[in-house]
Amino acid sequence: MNPADVIATLTLQAGFNSAVVVAGTACLGVAAGAIGGFMLLRKRALVSDALSHATLPGIALAFLIATGLGLEGRSLPVLLTGALVSGLAGVLAIQAITRHTRLPEDAAIGAVLSVFFGVGVVLLSHIQTLATGNQAGLKTFILGQTAAMNQGEALALGALALAALAAAGLLFKEFRLLCFDPDFAAGQGWPTRRIDLALMGLTTLVTVIGLQTVGLILIVALLIVPAAAARFWTERLWVMVLVAAALGGASGWIGASLSALVPRLPAGAVIVLVAGALFLVSFLAAPARGVVATALRQARLRLAYAEQAALAAHEAGHPLDASPAIMAWLRLRGLAADGVLTERGRAAASAADRNRRLWERFLIRYPTLIPGQANWGIDPIDRVLPADMVRDLETGPAGMAHREIAG
Amino acid sequence: MITTQEFLQIDLPAMTAAVLACVCCALVGNFLVLRRQSLLGDAISHAILPGIVAGFLITGTRAGLPVILGALAAAVIAGVLIEAVRRFGRLDGGAAMGVVFTVMFAGGVVLIEQGAARAVDLDADCVLYGQLEAILWLAPQTWADLADPAVWADLPRQVVTLALVTLLCVVCVVAFAKELAITSFDPALATTLGIPAGLFHHAVVVLVAIAAIASFEAVGSILVVAMLICPAATARLLTDRLPVQLWLSVAIGGLTGAGGYLLGAFGPSILAGGPADALNAAGMIATLAGVLLTAAILFAPRHGVLARNRPRHRGAAGHQMGKDVVSDAVTH
Repeated sequence: MNPADVIATLTLQAGFNSAVVVAGTACLGVAAGAIGGFMLLRKRALVSDALSHATLPGIALAFLIATGLGLEGRSLPVLLTGALVSGLAGVLAIQAITRHTRLPEDAAIGAVLSVFFGVGVVLLSHIQTLATGNQAGLKTFILGQTAAMNQGEALALGALALAALAAAGLLFKEFRLLCFDPDFAAGQGWPTRRIDLALMGLTTLVTVIGLQTVGLILIVALLIVPAAAARFWTERLWVMVLVAAALGGASGWIGASLSALVPRLPAGAVIVLVAGALFLVSFLAAPARGVVATALRQARLRLAYAEQAALAAHEAGHPLDASPAIMAWLRLRGLAADGVLTERGRAAASAADRNRRLWERFLIRYPTLIPGQANWGIDPIDRVLPADMVRDLETGPAGMAHREIAG
Repeated sequence: MITTQEFLQIDLPAMTAAVLACVCCALVGNFLVLRRQSLLGDAISHAILPGIVAGFLITGTRAGLPVILGALAAAVIAGVLIEAVRRFGRLDGGAAMGVVFTVMFAGGVVLIEQGAARAVDLDADCVLYGQLEAILWLAPQTWADLADPAVWADLPRQVVTLALVTLLCVVCVVAFAKELAITSFDPALATTLGIPAGLFHHAVVVLVAIAAIASFEAVGSILVVAMLICPAATARLLTDRLPVQLWLSVAIGGLTGAGGYLLGAFGPSILAGGPADALNAAGMIATLAGVLLTAAILFAPRHGVLARNRPRHRGAAGHQMGKDVVSDAVTH
């Protein structure tokens, strides 16, 4: 493949069919990413795995029934209706087993997933023996067949992406409540079961429509992987949903293009591998929760703590005998030179000592008010607490505490 | 009707393989269900795909050590990656599993497609459904031949592997019954008693991986999940005592394997009253496992839905099992 081909495919210039497939797959990725974000936070990531496996018997049954009625069994609406019905049956079965028996949810998910798939395999092997049966059309649902997408299907995927984003926008508040505190939502009178059902319904819709493109084993990856990758980029839900949609769309776009360019690259699997690569990049390099950023933040915190401890110990009258690494750090910061504190170092030491005392007093007086965001004891107290509270800590005896709590 | 020779050469080895696969998976599956890690079986059975394909592409056959080692390596890598994503990425366990196994499975599918250009004997179907039908034992002609030791030397490789793995699983479970029970029900207590709960967690994962890899070729990746979870879940609903549950799940697994195979192979011809094409046996086994589990969910004497809804039983069905096992272990 030469660079011109690559650019042509990526920019939808490489022929109508290729453009339809790439754009349609990208739309699917957007829809799956947006809905998957909520499913991830709802801790339901693997329910969608069971859901997608559970569609197989529905597809086969729909084919058998339609053929029995004399209709064209392989028509897409018929098969997808079957997939929808049996997928929902699978989800309801998981809920019923979890609610009414002693079996844990994971066992219910695994049992439903494998048994439904087994039933589907039996039905497929039965269809294969029928005179009318050419199950080749049905097998594409298992591993997907992106290249077969036509214009109508691509438009349907585009509509799905818009619908998923619209639903995520309109039901944002409801979904957020459900993801973070379902009990609180129920206590506030929200119809949590119906919201839950709406989220499951959207997931089912994405799964069923995506079946033909990436296949029922890998569609779950589009729901999980971009959402999990987006989690590393932000702590804000709406940003995360948008990032997940973007990552999902990018996976679909790049994956479908690669599959069109390189022979013998099955699109479904390539899309998932691209999503996996994006996940790896996010996992390592994302600034908010990525591994590198987290490690750096922790190292910085540890240094700050060591610096404060060394300075505070010096202020308390001990000689400056921190470890060589800390001494090097202090020299680097211009706080120490030749084994003694500099002018700035002495100022920093008295500030560290004051900070430590005030934090101690704060913890004694307001043990229930410890701020969650701050690294108490290290962060300068003036920046974390309101000024009047700091003044009160510096001067006044206890007494303010009662007013604070009563107020 | 089929002849004795056909039964001995085609059905007996395949059925034996199915029964052995079901028995070893059902046995180790108990500990997955008890530890609420059923989906680890799902993750492992998907994630071993790239290892198997890599082993296959290196040696060119589906038999042999490289394939098994490749699968085992993939299982270990998957376990490490899941733990890394969960711990360093601070994601919940289900999502970590979902990310790792789908990406590894996708890698395996790409490898298959790329490798299929060079080797014909590899496709995604045998990965998904297994190849019970391909297990043949050509040596015996009649029942009397079974007495001849030379015939046994020709036993299909898959059956031998599965028999050894089943033996390994039984030995491990019997030898470490007490430790497995305590670490499953109460890892904190196990640690205070000096039993390394973490070590046993990894041991269970490795045992599941071995059982899954051995069974994978016979019944396929997704149906391994059915055998890991369904018999154990069925037995869990029928009894409150761990030893009973273990043996019950083994019996259910064996019955499901034999019954499912026979239903798949002979059901259609019996229904049709004449020769008919067989149904996929592995799928039939999973279906039967599901039927038995559904029956247990509805009709189990104490924990079934019907029994639970009878007023006199309400509240009586406590979680006695864990306490019994732990108090047994402590007093012994």
